[in-house]
Amino acid sequence: MNRKTTSLIGAAAALALALTACGGTGSTSSSSGGATAGAYDKDATIQVGSLYEPQNLDNTEGGGQGVTEAFNGNVYEGLFRLTDDGKVDNLLAQDYKVGSDGLTYTFTLRDGVKFHSGKALTSADVKYSIEKVIAPDSQSARKSSFAGIKKIETPDDHTVTVTLASKSISFVYNLSYVWIINDQAKSLTTSEDGTGPYKLGTWKRGSTLSLDRFAGYWGTAPANKQVVFHYFTDATALNNALLTDAVDVVTSEQSPDALAQFSGNQNYKVNNGHSTTKLLLAFNDRKAPFDKPLVRKAITSAIDNKKLLDSIWGEYGTLIGSMVPPTDPWYEDLTKVNPYDLTLAKKELTDAGYPNGFEFTLDTPNYDPHPTAATFIKSELAKVGITVKINIITADQWYTKVYKNRDFAATMQEHVNDRDVVWYGDPDFYWGYDNPQVTDWVKQAEESDTADQQTALLKKVNEQIAADAASDWLYLYPQIVVASSSLSGYPLNGLNSQFYAYGIKKSA
Amino acid sequence: MTAYLLRRTAFLVVSLLLAAAVLFLLLRLLPGDPANSLLSVGATPDQIEAARHQIGTDRPLPEQFVSWLGQLATFDLGESFVSTLPVGPEIAARLVVTVPLTLLSFVLAVVVAVPVGFVAAHKANTWYGSILSGVSQLGIAVPVFWVGMLLITVFSLSLRVLPAGGFPQDDWADPVKALTSLTLPVVTVALVMSASLIRYVRSATLDVLGSDYLRTSRALGSSFARAMWRHGLRNAVVPVISILGIELASTFLGAVVVESVFALPGLGGMLVKGLAQHDYPVIQGILFVSTLVVLVIGFVADLVQRLIDPRLRHSLARNAR
Repeated sequence: MNRKTTSLIGAAAALALALTACGGTGSTSSSSGGATAGAYDKDATIQVGSLYEPQNLDNTEGGGQGVTEAFNGNVYEGLFRLTDDGKVDNLLAQDYKVGSDGLTYTFTLRDGVKFHSGKALTSADVKYSIEKVIAPDSQSARKSSFAGIKKIETPDDHTVTVTLASKSISFVYNLSYVWIINDQAKSLTTSEDGTGPYKLGTWKRGSTLSLDRFAGYWGTAPANKQVVFHYFTDATALNNALLTDAVDVVTSEQSPDALAQFSGNQNYKVNNGHSTTKLLLAFNDRKAPFDKPLVRKAITSAIDNKKLLDSIWGEYGTLIGSMVPPTDPWYEDLTKVNPYDLTLAKKELTDAGYPNGFEFTLDTPNYDPHPTAATFIKSELAKVGITVKINIITADQWYTKVYKNRDFAATMQEHVNDRDVVWYGDPDFYWGYDNPQVTDWVKQAEESDTADQQTALLKKVNEQIAADAASDWLYLYPQIVVASSSLSGYPLNGLNSQFYAYGIKKSA
Repeated sequence: MTAYLLRRTAFLVVSLLLAAAVLFLLLRLLPGDPANSLLSVGATPDQIEAARHQIGTDRPLPEQFVSWLGQLATFDLGESFVSTLPVGPEIAARLVVTVPLTLLSFVLAVVVAVPVGFVAAHKANTWYGSILSGVSQLGIAVPVFWVGMLLITVFSLSLRVLPAGGFPQDDWADPVKALTSLTLPVVTVALVMSASLIRYVRSATLDVLGSDYLRTSRALGSSFARAMWRHGLRNAVVPVISILGIELASTFLGAVVVESVFALPGLGGMLVKGLAQHDYPVIQGILFVSTLVVLVIGFVADLVQRLIDPRLRHSLARNAR
């Protein structure tokens, strides 16, 4: 079953549910899940189940995916917000202007914004927050995207001017990841001082983190009073919690086998959203035999991605044929570029000078789904005479061996971020794809004057890396939010692990 | 006795130091770099070096070891690499779950195992004696997580009388709520633990039942109950106490598995996460504290045995002379 029919059926099911549940009409929007409840409890506590506990509460000190999930948009806000369907909206920035040279950005801050500590937001806080991300000791995953900042000025309390060294059309988008923090705030690894609709209640490490509605919020008040994140290390324990109503919603279901117990039950809704997580078979494009595009194309054509996706996720997930997920503006369906075709694969291998195949080692992270996928790849490639030696490594070894030392032939890895096709423009990245034309397009795209221009260029990048089979993009993970039918208004796509909780309504 | 206490304490301290050294070295032998858990794909080489420097893995090993010992001497377990928070208070917070879980399971297991083990021995030749013995044999073979999952399926998912996991956010503020969340985990541990305890109690009782002194006491006119109380119990309890010491220690460590099945915020979950992230201070801290607990339990068990059994005291006195 393809994705469109699945979501159609999903929508129909939701509609039917809404009709039976509240006797009214229901509808689903693309950006929030669940049936629209007629009456909801304005003071409800939403119990959220998640596998991703924050490591600490500071995203520039290695807080990880968990703190992004709990805090982005809920506790901390940026100048801009990346919406659940991938658009960039003004948030703490009321407005912004770009100078005629394309290098000077002037941001006007929204009036009446207060931090949870009571202090009013000023331009000094914005300057401090951006500088925190680009500081020498920053562990922010976004640090490198701000390398082009030349200076940050604060002409008055409401205005911030940022000057860039070179044009950067993604600058505003990148700012949506920068938390605006009170420049006086202390001990941010255990506490917070943001401007978001919730403030931190208590964080009981290893167990729960609660967010309480912030009475002084500048915008629309959240549709619930409290959100409690419950953290699990075991997916079965998480599913049990949902089955016993200890949690109302699971942010990201990671055990495909468990879905059956929810999809057939009218008390739950299984939402099939778009993720940005891609499973890659990444070649070391520097070293033979993978320095030859024909070899990479042959491998891509020899692996039946659909069968792999079906065996792991059943009817969920998407084939993309490239690095770009549908929520990125430059998405195109490129699954036909290197179709599954054994005859073609054999011909390409012969043309590349490997009529009898070859042998290579596949460095495989030891957690699901990598070992399963590696075994599948091994059996697929055996059909075209290629012998795969599976080498299981830990996530930690992966960073040292593959990411840092580039000591690998091929590896598997999940790449979680949106808009990360631009890594193919960096010849120094771990996979070593080096096409000067692509590097140039990526650079030009970043320096574009308009979004259309940027989109057109990145589409070319996308097409080129697919034509070169720079990597084999096996599939795009599904983003499955399972929720109690009494909930509505939760995010469906959870781009980059964000989970906006302020819209969640619990029926009264 | 004083000399013994002194020697036993010295032994405890030396064991602890040895354990610390072994722990430290073994952890460093694991392949991998803890700095990696701070990184994400896209990290620059500068960021990688900064991470290594921040957590100090770029310093020579002996220097790292000495600085850790120095911290231990001042009861400081250091700070987690990953969360940057102090490890000591975090362990203390986790003990709020793990210690009650261990003690309650222990008490329950003893309460179940002692009478059952006694009956299994006393009535060894009857059909229910054999059944008790067989069931306890089976219990030893069953893995603890399986019992946990079974109990969850029955009492949480089907009957819906007890929570499937988790612990109240405000800990013991509401004792009833806290006890409710601990019920299934405690029963799980106690069931598995009592299975092996029953075996020990049964064999200790069998030894006593076949002993000459019990027969003599009975011949002198004591009732069975009185003979058992005066002579049997004291003799049977000695081997059981040394086993109890080991069992209590292994329950404490076995909590790791149970806590994960029941999503309890105890020491176990913290250890598993620490291991996955190569968070040396966290792993070292937990294992050091666990070692301390195990050694102290052994120490206490030894003392109790000596108090109960005069033979041990006397042989000791002879050795001391």
